Amino acid sequence: MTITSDAGSDLTPQVEMVTVVVDGVAIEIPKGTLVIRAAELLGIEIPRFCDHPLLEPVAACRMCLVDIEGVPKPQPACAQVVSEGMQVRTQLTSPVARDAQEGVMEFLLLNHPLDCPVCDKGGECPLQNQAMTAGRPESRFDEVKRTFPKPINVSAQILLDRERCVSCARCTRFAEQIAGDPMLELLERGANQQVGTAVDQPFDSYFSGNTVQICPVGALTSAAYRFRSRPFDLVSVPTTCEHCASGCSLRTDHRRGTVTRRLAWDEPAVNEEWNCDKGRFAFTYQEQGRVTTPLIREDGQLRVASWPEALDFAARGLSAASSHGVLVGGRSTVEDSYAYARFARVALKTDNIDFRVRDSSDEEAQFLRSAVAGTAVRTTYETLEQAPVVLLIAFEPEDESPIVFLRLRKAARGGTRVYAVGPVATRGLAKLSGTLIPAKPGAEPAVLAELAEQVRAELQAPGAVIMVGERIAGIQGGATAVLQLAQATGAALTWVPRRAGERGALDAGALAGLLPGGRPLTEDSARAAVAAAWGVDSLPATVGLAGAELLAAARDGAIGALITGGVELGDLADQSLGRAGLEAAGFVVALENHHSAITELADVVFPVAVVTEKAGTFMNWEGRPRPFAQTFKDALVMSDAVVLGMLAKAMNIAVGASDVAGIRQELGALGAWTGPRAERPNVPAGPVAEGAHLVATWRALIDNGVMQEGEPYLAATAHLVAATVSATTAGALGNPESVTVTGPLGSVTVPLEIGAVIDGVVCLPLNSPGCVLYRDLGVRSGQAVTIKGAL
Amino acid sequence: MAELPQAVRGFGVTFATIFKKVVTEQYPEQAAKFPPKPRYHGRHQLNRWADGLEKCIGCELCAWACPADAIFVQGADNQEGDRHSPGERYGRVYQINYLRCIFCGLCIEACPTRALTMTNEFELADNNRADLIYEKQDLLTPLLPGMLAPPHEMVPGTTDTDYYANKITGAVPEQAVQVDAEQVAP
Repeated sequence: MTITSDAGSDLTPQVEMVTVVVDGVAIEIPKGTLVIRAAELLGIEIPRFCDHPLLEPVAACRMCLVDIEGVPKPQPACAQVVSEGMQVRTQLTSPVARDAQEGVMEFLLLNHPLDCPVCDKGGECPLQNQAMTAGRPESRFDEVKRTFPKPINVSAQILLDRERCVSCARCTRFAEQIAGDPMLELLERGANQQVGTAVDQPFDSYFSGNTVQICPVGALTSAAYRFRSRPFDLVSVPTTCEHCASGCSLRTDHRRGTVTRRLAWDEPAVNEEWNCDKGRFAFTYQEQGRVTTPLIREDGQLRVASWPEALDFAARGLSAASSHGVLVGGRSTVEDSYAYARFARVALKTDNIDFRVRDSSDEEAQFLRSAVAGTAVRTTYETLEQAPVVLLIAFEPEDESPIVFLRLRKAARGGTRVYAVGPVATRGLAKLSGTLIPAKPGAEPAVLAELAEQVRAELQAPGAVIMVGERIAGIQGGATAVLQLAQATGAALTWVPRRAGERGALDAGALAGLLPGGRPLTEDSARAAVAAAWGVDSLPATVGLAGAELLAAARDGAIGALITGGVELGDLADQSLGRAGLEAAGFVVALENHHSAITELADVVFPVAVVTEKAGTFMNWEGRPRPFAQTFKDALVMSDAVVLGMLAKAMNIAVGASDVAGIRQELGALGAWTGPRAERPNVPAGPVAEGAHLVATWRALIDNGVMQEGEPYLAATAHLVAATVSATTAGALGNPESVTVTGPLGSVTVPLEIGAVIDGVVCLPLNSPGCVLYRDLGVRSGQAVTIKGAL
Repeated sequence: MAELPQAVRGFGVTFATIFKKVVTEQYPEQAAKFPPKPRYHGRHQLNRWADGLEKCIGCELCAWACPADAIFVQGADNQEGDRHSPGERYGRVYQINYLRCIFCGLCIEACPTRALTMTNEFELADNNRADLIYEKQDLLTPLLPGMLAPPHEMVPGTTDTDYYANKITGAVPEQAVQVDAEQVAP
């Protein structure tokens, strides 16, 4: 049989349809569809374990055997593609298929332990369910069942009960095909077949939790949830992940007022059926170290206060100050960010507001105002999957937006070429089969300006995408160069922030010089429209202070009062500036859910809700709103927006709606901005720092983040904290086992690893245990450090 | 027989009864004359293995079997140096609300380790609601001779399977050392 390929033709390929008959019902479907999908379309359920629509067929469990006319033996429906005129009979009409399935089920149950009553999967177990529907009521097996010592750790988080395994290979296929971490493998043969890892390489994948969810039996469980509750005892609420800008749909299961687990929820347009381990396991922070009552500072000490007293105290303090500033931590919902933006302009009459409590620059603010805020959705997960080429700048998707990584990996497996500009060919880039365009930290603009003609030509292809991470703020001239490249090539430019609230805060106007919907503050018509919507005569007309300037002004005593919402001082590159700014500001009102360095410095602290206690919306990097409902319906904790509304009332100022529905209505009524946009940045590239070793750094997915507190099993699956250098650099250092890296503030000693890093650059995690760059070294990306071999 | 008036005839019954055996029990001043039958469903108890480790593994099946929602269980992991039962888990919190319990015994049937059984004790009355919620310490059987109060490790050289197969005959000196050390430590 010969197949002639006409790949050169640019016509849309015609989908060839075939007609198959399943259980006597004919259906016309595209050629190449699997029999099991054809049956699904007809509403015929064929039992299965190994089949998963997002994984390649393997026909490992043999549960889906069906009778196909003309084929002597029953065939697995999950691996058989349909052909014209195929006559399929499932267990519903064929005694042969029924008998085959019952035989397979009996075989699978031979060694399967009868521990359903104490198994975590019991109650939501495909094996349990299908043993009822497709199995025989009696087993003929009266030998002793095979047992293994249980459970074994395939990673610190993932536990394996080998006797429960039916060798469906879902976990191993997920690890290899989806996550690209082929650390799980089926070992041994016959009755001894079992899932396992290499001796010294645990399954430390960022996506390992998905294997627990897709395991069709209770063989894989997570240390965090093992034996915690029973599925039928849980109340499930669909939610959105609050950890990064990927915007995953999650299912939060709770019981007696506590979240017991979170699962990836089915959202084909966003996260498909996957999520990352941070989104899955990092929720214990919600209960720890909470601020439970309003606190006010009296004689230098915080003391518990009633709501009316604290509101009155805060209102008086804010009204007394002549200049104000607002810092929104980038983790707020769209509604809360909007409330901050509105409160700043209406109640405080200031434009000094910024959601970027991290390394930020004026150039970045200009870039965001001109090219990102309020723009129509252009790049989505779907277009990413179809893109012929993707260029990554200051962005490491596996660590900074893991679901973008998964989709990029899917795209790369389908032929998308991935380029990354930077000093490190990361683990993630290798898994994307990507190419590194080497650039010393800080030299990215120059490299982009002189991009090879071939890459430039590829970027001109329709559908090409340029993805920029939040670290572009740390590269002088970076945003300018990226905008120029996008303009020159026509590639779609998309900004992928790290925190879940940043894109929403930007569109809600929580940035100096920006009103909701991407309206530039400097446009009179935009300002007038927003002023009318907010019911005020005028809005501040001059662009306020943002980022480091705002904090510097506070430090110099130019800011009378600061409001902070969800701010973590450790996020700031210059922590002494942040601390000095907050200390020097006359009056600090903090809206926080946790005690932190901010609450220690604040004059008033209001407790606010975490994501489970409020409804809201996160806007993901695509610009797609990801609304979520309140998990704990009877939670008494108020959202930031409600507290700000009460505060405005205490100040005798009307700010409008502060409930989620009202704010959504206000935002909807404002709509998107179609007028002229803010001016694009035009900043020349900065110099590359002098020094033998420049730092390349970003935040690892699993690190010291405040929202990962209280989850030791997750923390134990973090990647090794090490200084990664090239073989040449390591050789020059004398190949020591570990090195001491010294910066202006101090030094850290970490193991030395050799990796795909360009010479003269050392790659360090930004905020990992034993290596907190901003605090311990006082350096940021692109700055020079000294390295010495440690003893 | 001369016709006696109806009223006087009635007293005949009264006089006859005076000489009959009394069935009234002087309870609670005197002990119950007819104790419950051996299989009577009385107050629950949480059993121990022969070395004193608890049988309850915190699986909550009793709570799920309970039609009256009278049982609350919260399990926890046995830790190194803090072992309350053989195997991975133990019941950290165990409460039975006797205001709700209907003594149907479904919890007993559900228990996979026979940790929960019922005694013949029926004297469950009190003058307040709180005291009728029995906690784990109220339900656990007393330590019999040869048992040691947990937490302590399993009998050296055995696994949880040996416990479930009833191969443990009593606490051994190694376990006694652990218990003594713990009592001394704080």
